[in-house]
Amino acid sequence: MSWVADVVHGILLGGFYALLASGLALMFGVMRIINLAHGSLALIGAYMALLLTEHLHISTYLALAPVLPGALVVGYLLQRTMLERSLRAGQLVPLLTTFGLLIVIANLLQQFFSPDVHSLDAGRIGPASWHVSSTLSIPWFDVLTLAIAFTVLGGLQLVLRFTQLGRELRATAEDPDTAELVGVNARAVYARATAIAVAIAALAGVFYGMRSAFDPNAGANELLYAFEAVVIGGIGSLWGTLGGGIVLGVSQELGAQINQEYFALAGHVVFLAVLVARSAAQAPRIRYTLRRFA
Amino acid sequence: MSRRLDGGEQGSGGAGLAGAGAGSGALLRLEELDVRHGLLQAVRNVSLEVAEGETLALVGANGAGKSTLLRAIAGAHRPAAGRIVFDGREITAMAAHRRVKTGIVLVPEGRRLFPNLTVEENLRVARASGRGGSWSLNEVFEAFPLIEPLRRKRAASLSGGEQQATAIGRALMTNPRLLLLDEVSLGLAPIAVEGVYRSLRRLIEGGTTIVLVEQDLARAMSVADRIACMLEGRIVLEGARGELTREQVTDAYFGLRRQEATA
Repeated sequence: MSWVADVVHGILLGGFYALLASGLALMFGVMRIINLAHGSLALIGAYMALLLTEHLHISTYLALAPVLPGALVVGYLLQRTMLERSLRAGQLVPLLTTFGLLIVIANLLQQFFSPDVHSLDAGRIGPASWHVSSTLSIPWFDVLTLAIAFTVLGGLQLVLRFTQLGRELRATAEDPDTAELVGVNARAVYARATAIAVAIAALAGVFYGMRSAFDPNAGANELLYAFEAVVIGGIGSLWGTLGGGIVLGVSQELGAQINQEYFALAGHVVFLAVLVARSAAQAPRIRYTLRRFA
Repeated sequence: MSRRLDGGEQGSGGAGLAGAGAGSGALLRLEELDVRHGLLQAVRNVSLEVAEGETLALVGANGAGKSTLLRAIAGAHRPAAGRIVFDGREITAMAAHRRVKTGIVLVPEGRRLFPNLTVEENLRVARASGRGGSWSLNEVFEAFPLIEPLRRKRAASLSGGEQQATAIGRALMTNPRLLLLDEVSLGLAPIAVEGVYRSLRRLIEGGTTIVLVEQDLARAMSVADRIACMLEGRIVLEGARGELTREQVTDAYFGLRRQEATA
């Protein structure tokens, strides 16, 4: 019966990955910006919440009220001051810019908050869980995370599909020059989308801080899982990101069931398998060659 | 650019216009415009006026600079020198999306629809400028009835003629005062071209100011009030439809009267 528990826990863990990945999916999938600093921006959200809870003695959930609008502003400025210029220099330049940003953020956090680990208080639902059977218990906090991931991705999907901002964003992603020619302020649209992506990152960061201890270098690790979720789910598909997060979470939990050390490895293996399968499906010639040698 | 400077130039420009102007005063005025693509100078010293309600056809051989000129007016290329004045206001350095807000829109060569958006979404994107006016989704579908049943289809799945109708409809959704059409008949079946031009005639009769680039001389001469012929980046011949003969235009087209015209 324990594998049932693993699958359930994997799905819930996948909800967290999906939440972490959704901002990334928006920037990577829709805007074609690979934001390597995504995990670090999430960490900034966690540290800001830490400051607020420590100094104002408010609950972590209440701290989201100032953290999220702050992240919107940070995202907007990030796009206007750095990413926009990088994008103009070619698709690979934002990769370098955000890699630099990742390092700068990690060092700044270390400077201000010390390399010690911190964690955020998850409130009363933190330790609470629902005991289904002797082997299966479902933590409330994980259910909340999955529900928020679902809401965020669903909300993003609705915005992209049915609002003017969503149409302008998709149009700009497909052809920025033509979008400008029909009246879309492409730079402002991208800045608004990055603002949303960074706010979602900060939200994910605060949830990350509540589920596990974090230090200034945690950004890069979390980024890796978020990336895997986006790629497994299929680039450009927001619901796919939720599916990708869940596939990743379930494979990690099942891998850990075989051997505790296989937790991360199982996720990476599934990620690579999906990549190989997809590129094989997209390249019939490779498939043909493989068949000939098989 | 300060607003004060713009205002001052507007005044003097207006006064200078009276002599050269086409009657009621130009909606669009180009002054000694140079546009470059890197080292290549695609448009050389072009001065041109388009009056409100007028239809001007730009003709000329491939590479004469017609498309570049249209794109410079729409804001897709920044001119290297010269001025663009629209409705008495200098717009030379204005971003393309802000020009749409003032009422200029380009239907680009090759249609350039957003392939993964539906027809209806392609049209709605153009509401970004927020310009009010008589064109809305329903009016566009009325003017181009062939695309209404396709409104939920992806633009990439449409035929050339349907795409062109959508592209023109998308431009109309911005409620333009000046519609720039770049080779709208290129790559279309003759029957589709016929349909596109039938819709254009209705726009012209409705008073929309149009500058169009057209390879087909006969068609250009039948639809436009005025013809300007470009050769190697310059306007070498310009005149009202009645004033120009087909021979004059063909000569200018191939550069046979070049020395006379540029002198």
